[in-house]
Order: sequence, then structure tokens, then C-alpha cells
Amino acid sequence: MKKLALGELLFLVIWRDLVLAMRRRADVLTTLVFFMMVVSLFPLGVGPELDMLRKMAPGVLWVAALLASMLSLGRLFSADYLDGTLEQMMLAPQSLSVLVLGKMIAHWLVSGFPLVLVAPVLGLQFDMSAQSLLVLIAGLLLGTPILSMVGSIGAALTLGLRGGGVLLSLLVLPLCIPVLIFGTSAVEAVSSGLSVVSNLSLLAALLVLALLFTPWVSAQALRISME
Amino acid sequence: MAINWFKYSAPSAFYNLAGKVIPWFAVPATILFVAGIYTGFFVAPSDAQQGEAYRIIFIHVPASILSMFLYLVMAAYAALGLIFNTRLSSMMATALAPTGALFAFVSLWTGAFWGKPMWGAWWVWDARLTSELILLFLYFGFIALHASIDDVRRADRAAALLAIVGAVNVPIIYFSVRWWNTLHQGATIKFTGTSMHIAMQQAMFMLLLAGWLYAVAVTLFRVRSIILEREKNTRWVAELVEVQQ
Repeated sequence: MKKLALGELLFLVIWRDLVLAMRRRADVLTTLVFFMMVVSLFPLGVGPELDMLRKMAPGVLWVAALLASMLSLGRLFSADYLDGTLEQMMLAPQSLSVLVLGKMIAHWLVSGFPLVLVAPVLGLQFDMSAQSLLVLIAGLLLGTPILSMVGSIGAALTLGLRGGGVLLSLLVLPLCIPVLIFGTSAVEAVSSGLSVVSNLSLLAALLVLALLFTPWVSAQALRISME
Repeated sequence: MAINWFKYSAPSAFYNLAGKVIPWFAVPATILFVAGIYTGFFVAPSDAQQGEAYRIIFIHVPASILSMFLYLVMAAYAALGLIFNTRLSSMMATALAPTGALFAFVSLWTGAFWGKPMWGAWWVWDARLTSELILLFLYFGFIALHASIDDVRRADRAAALLAIVGAVNVPIIYFSVRWWNTLHQGATIKFTGTSMHIAMQQAMFMLLLAGWLYAVAVTLFRVRSIILEREKNTRWVAELVEVQQ
């Protein structure tokens, strides 16, 4: 059998994970429904005044996105770990980092991207302006992949541990704080008439950094967990 | 003469060395602590603007400095353990974590005590307070991850990776929190660089040194327990006087 090129491998892993996710659609939908529910609970908790809701909206949406991504991270490697696929993947002659990158991208497409798509609708519930919504979506597009990537480190480290889910959140949430801050600050900047470029650039910079380092770190974490 | 640097990386050799040097750290730590507290609370004059309440900084500042410094030391030991596969380095990292978390907690606690009379609130979302809180969370993550993996070697390596990722992330977190804070509420009350009274400096310095020595002594004490626990099936542990008794 010929050795696959890295690009082909990446594509193959993404495609496989997407197909698997489509076979278990309920998992994908649960994350999305969770996201919508958490966001909708906030107005019930703090009251329906539109002024306050408009102010809270970016924070609420971002925190909900953060929590929703934590929820789905546990599944990133666990199914493959349980049925032995992960072990086979680690034996593959290609770089494990690329494989992990493929899984991260697939995870984002399945659990991060749908959140970005429904976020504007939820934003309307909070009476956000069109401009703010646009910045929110841009921020989420840049930020949610970082959550998937940083989260994958935690997912790899907690692989197969008891109480993995809660532990995973404990490890990953503090590391995601910068993303949360830059994402919400961008929206606040636009609603107070400031430039959004700085915050979005910082998010993009974090994305580039994460793309560079997290696949490799995650691969190392997997090696530690699997030996 | 070639010095064998790695002699004390063997847990059995280090166990004895640590046992011998602990008093050399513990005793000065106690003396400096008492002297520092005395200077801070009785000798140093009260502050012109802040009155007596400022004296909390004699505890607060050393605790904050040490909590941050110890995280870096912990990450460095963890990295050593991961790279050179030395068991002792990982044990040191594990032993440092609770002390670091303790200092972070003390720093937050005293910060709240200082904030109440100064800012009128127990908690202000000040950039430094917030970063300290996040640092405490990072310590908790390290301890929790280490505790939930049964295989010690795997726990060491996994926690080491987490500590390194955390250490890389700390500056990013710190600056993001700082910018977030300035965007939200502008400058809060800060220590303007008024020249400190000499007694204040002395007290602060003594307590910082005391905290540092305390951290070393406690870490060595803890690492001795960890060594005993992990090496309990070896012959040298069975031959120890304190074990045989």
C-alpha cells in the first residue's frame, strides 16, 4: 500500500470524522441545543430589559460557546480510543500531529461551526445591532477553532480517565480566557464606536499560534496517554 | 575534579540530602518571618494615605511574588522531568504545586482584606487580582490532573505537559486580562511609586526571603514523603532507620 501524502491524510481524517459525526447526528445536535438553551436562560435569569441584554450579549454568547465546546471535547478522541482506532492511527507512518490537526478541524466543523451559524439568531434575541452581530460572527469564526485546538490538548491528556469531563473543563477553561476576552472586547469596541481591528487581529494571532503549536502538543499528550 | 551533577538526581541520594538541609531552610525561615512581621507591624510607620491597613502588603506582596515564581519553577522541573525522564524532577514539580497554590490563595485572601478598606469592596476585577485567580485555577488543574491518573509515571508526564502549556499561556492570559481591565473601567487605585520607608522595605524583603525559604523547606519535606511513597518497594527504603522503627 502506498504511503499517503500529508494533505491526503489530513483530508481523509477530516472526511472520516465528518462521516462518523453524520452517522451520530444526535451528538452534534445536543451541543447546539445546549448552546441555544444556555443563551436563552440568561434573559430569564437577569430580566428582560433590552439595554442590559444588549450589553451582556457578547459575553453570554461567548461563555455559552465556551461551555458548549467543553461539552463536545470529551468525544474528540474517546470513541477512537475505546475501539482501538486511535492506537492504529498512532502506528501510522505519517506524522501524528497532522492526524490530530485533522481531528481538530473535523471537531470544529461539527461542534464549533454550527454555533457560529446560530449565534446571529441568538444575538437578535438580545437585540444586538447588525454591526455588532457581524463582529461577533467574525470573532467566533476566529475564536472557536482555537477552543477546539486548545481543548484537544486537554482531551488528549484526560483520555480514558474517570471523571474526565469535569477535569477537562478545569484544565482547558483557564487557558481559553484570552479568547473569551478578545472575542467579547471586539463586540464591545464596535458598540462603543472604537476600532475592532486590534481585538480581531489578536484573535487571529492566537489562531495562528494555536495552529502552529497545538497539533504537536496534542500529539505529545496522546503519546503520554496511550503508552 | 569532575563533579557528578547527577548524583543527587537519584531519589535515594536526594532523600538523605533533603533531610539534612531542611533545618537550614526551616530555621532561618522562622527567624526571618518573626523578624519581618515585627518590623512590618511595629517598627514600620503607618502610611500617610492608607493608614494602618497597608500593612497587609507585607504578607500580600511576598505571597503574590512567590505564587508566580513557584509556578515557573514547577513548570521548569516538570519540563526537566519530561525531557530527561528524571523521576526526581517530576516529584519536585508535584511537591511544589500545593505550596504554590497556597501562596496564590494567601495572596487572594490578603488582597481581599486590603481591598475592603482601600477600594471599599472585597473583590475588584483588577487585572492583577484576576490573573492571580486564574493562576490559582492553573495550579488546581495541575493538581487535579496529577491526582486523577493512577499510573504515577503517566501522571507525571501528563501534568508536566499541562504545566508547560500553562507557563506558555500565562503571559498571554496576563496581558489579555490587563487590556480587558483597562477597557472596562480604566485605572484603579494603584501604588504610585512613592519612595517606601526603609523599615517597610526591610520588612517586605525579610518576609519575601522567609516565604522563599519556607517554600524550599516545605517542598523538600513533601518531596521526601513522595519519594518514600513511590519507592516503598525498594531495598534502600526498607533499610532506612525511620522506616524500620
